[in-house]
Formats: sequence, C-alpha cells, structure tokens
Amino acid sequence: MALTVSPAKSFRFGELVLAAVLGVLTLLTAFIALNAWTPAYAFHMVLICFASAFGIFAIYQRYKVRDADPPPQTIDNRPNYNFGPVKFSTIAAVIWGIAGFTVGLIIALELAFPELNVSRWTNFGRLRPLHTSAVIFAFGGNVLLATTLYIVQRTSRARLAGDLAPWFVVLGYNLFIVIAGTGYLLGITHSKEYAEPEWYADILLVAVWLTYFTVFIGTLMKRAEPHIYVANWFFLAFIVTIAVLVLGNNAAIPVSIFSSKSYVIWSGVQDAMIQWWYGHNAVGFYLTASFLGMMYYFIPKRAERPVYSYRLSIIHFWALIFIYIWAGPHHLHYTALPDWAQTLGMTFSIILWMPSWGGMINGMLTLSGAWDKLRTDPVLRMLVVSIAFYGMSTFEGPLMSVKVVNSLSHYTDWGIGHVHSGSLGWVGYISFGALYCIVPWLWNRKGLYSLKLVNWHFWISTIGIVFYISSMWVAGIMQGLMWRAYTSLGFLEYSFIETVEAMHPMYVIRAFGGFLYLTGALIMAYNLYMTIASPDSEAVPEARPAAGPRLAAAE
Amino acid sequence: MPASNPSRSLWDRHAILEKNSILLVLGILIAISIGGLVEVVPLFYLKSTIEKVDGVRPKTPLELAGFDIYVREGCYLCHSQMIRALRDEVERYGHYSLAAESMYDHPFQWGSKRNGPDLARIGGKYSDDWHRDHLRNPRALVPASIMPSYAFLEETPLDASHIAANMKTLAMTGVPYTQEMIDKAQDDLKAQGTADDPNVAGLQARYPKAIARDLGADNHALSEADAVIAYLQTLGTQIDFKLYDNKANIR
Repeated sequence: MALTVSPAKSFRFGELVLAAVLGVLTLLTAFIALNAWTPAYAFHMVLICFASAFGIFAIYQRYKVRDADPPPQTIDNRPNYNFGPVKFSTIAAVIWGIAGFTVGLIIALELAFPELNVSRWTNFGRLRPLHTSAVIFAFGGNVLLATTLYIVQRTSRARLAGDLAPWFVVLGYNLFIVIAGTGYLLGITHSKEYAEPEWYADILLVAVWLTYFTVFIGTLMKRAEPHIYVANWFFLAFIVTIAVLVLGNNAAIPVSIFSSKSYVIWSGVQDAMIQWWYGHNAVGFYLTASFLGMMYYFIPKRAERPVYSYRLSIIHFWALIFIYIWAGPHHLHYTALPDWAQTLGMTFSIILWMPSWGGMINGMLTLSGAWDKLRTDPVLRMLVVSIAFYGMSTFEGPLMSVKVVNSLSHYTDWGIGHVHSGSLGWVGYISFGALYCIVPWLWNRKGLYSLKLVNWHFWISTIGIVFYISSMWVAGIMQGLMWRAYTSLGFLEYSFIETVEAMHPMYVIRAFGGFLYLTGALIMAYNLYMTIASPDSEAVPEARPAAGPRLAAAE
Repeated sequence: MPASNPSRSLWDRHAILEKNSILLVLGILIAISIGGLVEVVPLFYLKSTIEKVDGVRPKTPLELAGFDIYVREGCYLCHSQMIRALRDEVERYGHYSLAAESMYDHPFQWGSKRNGPDLARIGGKYSDDWHRDHLRNPRALVPASIMPSYAFLEETPLDASHIAANMKTLAMTGVPYTQEMIDKAQDDLKAQGTADDPNVAGLQARYPKAIARDLGADNHALSEADAVIAYLQTLGTQIDFKLYDNKANIR
C-alpha cells in the first residue's frame, strides 16, 4: 500500500486525499470484518476492504501511466470531453439490465410455480428487492450516470469537472449496487421498498451522491454556453431531490458498528408517509424527471429537430417537480393515515396529470416535420414509443390515485401492471434508445452494428410489454373484484386462496411477456457488443451533429 | 428567442435561473420542499394522527426477534398489515387497522401488495402447530398456496444474543423499553418460548397479555420459526375491540 513517488511527476492533491481516505477505509473495514456479528456483514466489510485497496492500487497504476500535467480542457478549441466513466456506466447498464430482467423473470415464474422457491437465498421475498433494485438503481442508475455525465459535457461544451471524482462516482455507485444486491440475498434489508439497503450501504451511497452532485454542478459552472440546457434542469432536480429523499427516508440508528442491523427512526404512520413520500418521488425523480432530461437530449438529437416548445418545457419542469412531491399519500388510501393527507395526495396526483402530459406533448411534437423518420429509424421509434408509454402510464396513475378506483386497485396486480407500463415502456425504451444512440458516439462508430436487430428488439419487447401489462390488468381487476364480491345472502363470495388460484394463468402470461422483454434486451446487448467490437459497422444516416449542440433550445 | 422582447416578461426573468446553476438549485430545493413539509411535519404533532388506545405495548424480545426475521425474509412484499376501512376487508380480516397498532414498528410493515392475505390480525386465528406446518410447507395445508417454503426457519436455531442491543437501539428511536426490560431481555425471551418457565410472571408484568408457552414440539432450543410464530400470534391482538370506543377521539 506504500506509495512511492516518481521524481518526474508528483501526486495531485486529490489523488493523495482519496488514497488516504481509501487507506483509512481499508483498515477500518478490515477491523470491522474481524469483529462482525454475522458472517454476511463480515463478507460485506471484506468486500469494501478489497474495493478500497483496489482503489488505492488503481490510483497508483493510473499515476504511473498518466502525464505530469492534468488533461487539457480543450484540444484545438474543442472541448476535451472525459468519456471514460461514461463508457464504464454504459457497459454496466447493459450488464445490470440483463441481470435485473432475468431476476424479474425468475420471480414472475416463482409466483406462477411456487415450487421454484428452492432456497432461502432465492425465495421470492429476497429476490423481489433484488429485481427492483437491479432494474431501477443498477440498470436505470447506470443509464443515468452515463447519460447525465455525457449530456452535461456536450451541452455545456466543457470537460467533466474533477479528476478522480467522476471515477469515484461510477465505481462507488456500482460497489453500492453490489453491496445492496448481495445484501438482499443474505437477508440484509431495511424492508423499506426501493430503499432496502442497510445503513452502511446508505452511507456509501450518500458519499457517492454528493460527489456526483459536485461533479455535475462543477461541470455546469465550467460551461461555455450562456444557458443551462433544459435537460440539465431535470438532471439537477433529480440529483438534488434524490439526495433529500434518501436522507429523509433512510434515517436510521445502527445497532452497532459491528452489526448490519439498524432501526429506522420513523415508525408506523409517520414512517408510512415518509416511505411513500420517498417511494413515489423515487418514481417521480429517479424514473421520471431524469429520464425526461434524457428525452430532451436524445429526441431532438435523433430527430434533428429543435425541442417543440421552450416555454412549455419551463412550465412543465417547475409544475412537475413542485406537484410530484405531494403525490405520495395516494399509496395509503383508506389506511390509518389521516384523511386530510390522503385527500391532498389524491388531489395533487390528479393535477400531476397535466405537467406529465405537458412533457409528453413537448417530446412528441418535437417530431413535427420528422415523422417520416419513424419508418426508417427504429431507434427513434423506440424513443417515441417510450413517450407514448409515458403518456399512458401518467394517465393511468392519476386515475388509480382516485380513492374509489384505488380501493379496487390497491394491493392487487393492477399496481404491478401500472409500474411496468411505466418502467418497461417508458424508462426501458428511452434507456434502450439512449444506449443505441450513445454507444456509436462514444466508441466513434459510424452507426450501430445492425438496425435490423434494433427492429427485432423493438417488436419482440413491445409484444412482451403488451402481454405483461394486459395480463396484470386482468389479474388485478379480477382479484380486486373477487375480494369484494358478495353472495346473494350477503357473505363474501370468495376465500382469499380462490382469488390466488384464479390468477395462475395471468401469472404464466406475465412471465412469458417478461421472457420476451428479456429476449429483446439480449438482442440489444449483442448488437451493442458487436458495434463496439467491429469497427466497420453498417453505415447509418449520420445522426451525430457537428461540433456544437445545435439543438440547445435555451437559445 | 424571448430576448428580443423589449418589456421584461416572466420568460425573460426565468433566464436568471437558466444562467445561474446555484440559483437553479435553490429554486429546485424550494419547489420540492413545500409538499413534503406540508404532508409530513403535521403528522408528528397533530394528536389526531395516532389516537390513544389501551393495550398497545412494545414487542417482547422474542416477538422482536420474530419481527426482525419477518423483515429479513421480505414477508411484507406479499403480506400487508393494514386492513383498510372497507366493508369487505373488515369482514374478511377483522377491525380496520388503527395507527396506534403499528406505532412501535420500525419500520412500518403495512405493505403494498397482497400476494397473500393481510396479516394485521392473524394473531390467535391459527394454532402454533398450524403456523409451524404452514411455514415448513405451505402447500401441505393450503394446496393452492404460492408461498415459498420456509422450512429452514425451524432448522435454524434462533440467535438472539444481541436482542438487548436491538432493544436499546429501538429505545433511542422512542420505543418505551425500560432499562429493566433491556436487562431482562434474555430471561424474557426464554420465558416466552418455554413451558412453565419461572419467569413468566415477570414477562407478563412487563408485557401485558404476552403469550408464554412451549412454542416447540418439546423443550428444544428456540428456532427462528418459533420467534416468527410468537410475533405472528401477537399481531392484531393487543387492542380489545370489545372495549374499544371508536367515538372517543372524535372532536
């Protein structure tokens, strides 16, 4: 671990500080690992210990090969972009995506065929958080890291701020994912949905997130453009709000530094409210605001049209972030949460329909004059269909937040169907579209390996989504109606288990839909791999603009 | 675009935010704070949020150990613990859940999806043996059940060596565990799961109405399944709804 200094060049301050921090972390985690109360926790500490030691080693290796001077900010008057961390996250996104979809398929099959729950580590209860975290935070998170760090550089015409910081962000974030995911399998969880990682994983996440914020805003401050491009407003709102939400929802007291266990300081009804304040805005900011930012970059770029309305983007941005925060209580209708809070949540959820559709309209109409491209460019088609799914699920959401509708839909698979029309259709498709755009740009390829394969991906996964969400609609509404069905004598008509039995065919169809979606993603992975691996890719119409970001609607 | 406009419109003023990243962050912080503050903060001081009800007590050490296992296995992902105030739910599961009933749950276990039935009032509805058999192989008792087998719970001895530390942490978050309760944690844990234990009286003085009986088939060491069963058997049983007056808190 000893650092030797070469006489030709010296260590930068940042390198020394990070190496020192990692050194302390290496020793601390080794000490904790030796005294840990459970083997699972010791395993995690060893993992962090190795990762920290590897970090020091990596800093030293990088030091040996790097130039004495910091990388230039510009080369020939053009920004010298830092795409290394972007490339890492792009590849990580594809790998995590496949992993997350696979786990999703497994748990869908477990619900249809319960004999598949064969071990404690792979029971539904432990795999379900692995699925949600893998698709939201591992796949979605890496797509976001890649695209935000790419877009903020391009639209600011500036090199990413920080030297090691961007690498700390992408590597630290992926370490967090590994700790969170393996933790669920080993039974380490907060049991707060979409916020399951325990206290030490949360500390790592907060450190990474604050660095992410610093890198992002540092890059914005270096920008050569007078205006901050609209996509970056959404990214900033996403980064800031997620920080606030995570800190509020995960506030917990560890039992001991030698234990993975902690108790959340909130309890009961307040905890429920804080959980869904977090949970719904994890959807609102992690899966919506940020992906809208991606929409504002990739759709104009791919369609080679400016954003439809600049003023609409201002209105829907502020309306969206202001109103979303209120919508959480619609997850708690008719519960022990006070009525006033439920009503507020429902009211704002309905109002939220408007800014959501404002964003949809702005994205859709950006295609004005370029609709013909949908015939020839399957990537653009994917991006546009994602907006259509966004519009659909942001109509369905307010509908389900109405109390009488919610009394039927809550606790049923209608909720699962709703979430997946948003996540498979909107978040998934805009991510796939973005990956199809960004990979050739990052690796300097003329275009994708095969547009035909994109077409196959598009149609296979679209059919998968249709199977998925229609089976969940039927399952959810059917089960909701069965729960409340009465006989003519005034007794409940069905026992609970009869409603479970009735769902079996729907669960099989859902799993088939998920299988198709996974198949599509595998085709994408192959296509992207071949794009990177083969320099002589099939040429496509040049989608990449010349030097500056022409689309900057902020001007 | 709007810059060509001679009078300064709102659109021009918005440009300030577009040109200053710190102001933009501040604007975002204000926009996202209001809703959360209005909806969350009053829940901590409005007395009507959690009405006072007799009978609600903190979990015994054994029940807490069961709760921790319930959390660990992700039971909340398929079982809600929140009976909504709807006719069919009340008839199917029992009295609608009161806020007080989950006030010592860190974190809350209301759930969001019912792949299986609600468990808020499961306590006392089935025998310990039924639960043990059901955890081991749900389909032996309910052929159409889609619940995973939790046979490993009864094969795993309960490790509750740190239960007092867990209770101490919960006391910091506001659960009214006294020093006596924390000191006697191991005694209480054993008393609750063993037949005719001499400490039962002490246990039931500290935790009124706590069940105390041989949770195993014979006097074996307590397993994880025993802890889960102790926890399940207390769910929804703390309030006596024959005495509960739902008008008492109306103002």
